[in-house]
Amino acid sequence: MNFGKFAVSVLAFSLACSLSGCGKPQDGGALIKIGSVAPLTGPQTHIGKDNENGARLAVDEINARGLTLGGKKVKLELLSEDDQAEPKTATIVAQKLVDAGVAGVIGHLNSGTTIPASRLYSDAGIPQISPSATAVAYTAQGYKTAYRVMANDAQQGRALGQFAVGKMGAKKIAIIDDRSAYGQGLADEFEKAARAAGGAIVAHEFTNDRATDFTAILTSIKGKGPDLVFFGGMDPQGGPMLKQAKRLGLNARFLGGDGVQNLNFMKLAGLDAEGAVASSPGLPIDSMPGGPDFRKRFEAKYGPIQLYAPYAYDAVNVLVAAMQRADSADPAKIMAALPKTDLQGVCGPIKFDAKGDTQGGAVTLYEVKGGKWQVLETVK
Amino acid sequence: MDIFAQQLVNGLVLGSIYALVALGYTMVYGILELINFAHGEVTMVGAMVALSVIGLLMGVAPELPGVVVVLAGILVAIPACMALAYTIEKIAYRPLRHAPRLAPLITAIGVSIILQNLAMLIWGRQYVSFPAILPSDKYALLGAQISLLQIVIVVLALLLMAGLWLLVERTRLGRAMRATAQSREVAELMGVNVDRVISATFVLGAAIAAIAGVMVSAYYGLAHYYMGFMLGLKAFSAAVLGGIGNLAGAMLGGLLLGVIEALGAGYIGDLTGGFLGSNYQDVFAFFVLIGVLVLRPSGLLGERVANRA
Repeated sequence: MNFGKFAVSVLAFSLACSLSGCGKPQDGGALIKIGSVAPLTGPQTHIGKDNENGARLAVDEINARGLTLGGKKVKLELLSEDDQAEPKTATIVAQKLVDAGVAGVIGHLNSGTTIPASRLYSDAGIPQISPSATAVAYTAQGYKTAYRVMANDAQQGRALGQFAVGKMGAKKIAIIDDRSAYGQGLADEFEKAARAAGGAIVAHEFTNDRATDFTAILTSIKGKGPDLVFFGGMDPQGGPMLKQAKRLGLNARFLGGDGVQNLNFMKLAGLDAEGAVASSPGLPIDSMPGGPDFRKRFEAKYGPIQLYAPYAYDAVNVLVAAMQRADSADPAKIMAALPKTDLQGVCGPIKFDAKGDTQGGAVTLYEVKGGKWQVLETVK
Repeated sequence: MDIFAQQLVNGLVLGSIYALVALGYTMVYGILELINFAHGEVTMVGAMVALSVIGLLMGVAPELPGVVVVLAGILVAIPACMALAYTIEKIAYRPLRHAPRLAPLITAIGVSIILQNLAMLIWGRQYVSFPAILPSDKYALLGAQISLLQIVIVVLALLLMAGLWLLVERTRLGRAMRATAQSREVAELMGVNVDRVISATFVLGAAIAAIAGVMVSAYYGLAHYYMGFMLGLKAFSAAVLGGIGNLAGAMLGGLLLGVIEALGAGYIGDLTGGFLGSNYQDVFAFFVLIGVLVLRPSGLLGERVANRA
């Protein structure tokens, strides 16, 4: 792996430098920098770019409206960084953003990168709002800077586990996770809830977030005769995994979390995606209060929404609303204003609890029917 | 039993792909004693080119049968990879032919990085999915599910290996290759055009790699710009396992590595009571490689120097 990663990091670094212009000041001091971090290279690029676009749309709209802080007109600038979904790269780019003096960070995308980076933001006293990191551990570290706008894995895993046993009638369940903070966390929460609901776990296997060959795992699972396979991970693994399972004649239902509930999963799994079920925190985009309108504005600029763009959009708005309440772009003052957040976001009302989690997040379940994700139900 | 049969089938399919890529490593090593690290990337380029052609054809002529479309993809990928390998050899390795051995090794790594990044620029950073246009017939054998695609992969791989064997053992070019492998200087004195033989070796390996690349992407249903790296590493290990520089060794090593990986990943969890899981798949393969090298440093078939080409 080393050469490949080295190659990617060299390129990513030079790209990041050229994109961010390495901190050029523009109209003298009136520029407020906001960081955005997501994987912009590697298998999760499409989701990473989606987050960046969501954040960029919010920044562009706020700039177009005009923002005044402390009586002075200011402009927002989005510094986008690539963490390659790699925990060690995440800390490097986090330090880079801290050094660049950002007022706040929207990110990271993955739990596995958000958690190690959160310590750096906490040490620097810079507020961090993750649009999509759902691992319970992220906000459980006691950092005052850590916030997220999406329901966490405990909420989602619980909903999935209950749904698998209660509604899909699963009795023997096999679990595969990608050993990332997100995949493992979700799979563990799912396992707890499924067991509690009376399902038997016949296997819990692991892969990694760069694998493409799951035939050996699936064959060994097939020997245990499960009627449902749960996958905790992202679409680059989930799609091929489902395809390979069907080819091996493993006729179990497929269930996944928000990491696979997207368009790319269907592209990768092809016709085999039919009947797959996956959850996503929050409401379906068209049921979101500002959903259809957001979709129109987003698609006019960037094409179809992949996954978390509305959350990244909301995260920027939460940050800027806190700036406005504090009437300052000073990170310390923004942090003091963040707990009082009460915002009607695209995804729904956003309020934080004492840990920085959203209060009362909903989880929606979807099924692939006729080549499309169709809403099954929303659980609170 | 049926699980064992299924794992064996999985391993054989994977192994025959490894073997095909391993042939490219071993042929070049046999002649130049150079580990051509860019070979895995050539495989990737083969898959990507074929997928582009397939996508294009499906857009232009959607009524064509899937098999024809994939064949067309392969037929474009082969010359593309051959040209690529020829160019790589000419630009990156030939000027360094008389340099210390480390120099071409480093260029090889450099070429590999360049190819990966070029592929990322051309085909993007996303996983490209292989369209479901091939027939997905399945057969039951000893309790294992075997798809038509798997049968085609194994049979085609065996045919290619047999063909290459014949070429090296029975043709003029093959004799020239074996002569060059034994001693470049003496072969040159005997009137062998060594430069042309070396080019031919690279081009041959690349043609096989192109086919292997299409096989991998059809088998897993996807391709991406860094797929060549791990594949290349595994194939290189397979070549070393069998005895690098030895054609039969590469074939044996590839098949063995595939089967070991599949069986290891399938049973390690049960054998260790869940302590080690199937995520140790890659580790397991390399572990066996280390074991073999400790006991037989020249690889399984490494001593038969006369056979190398």
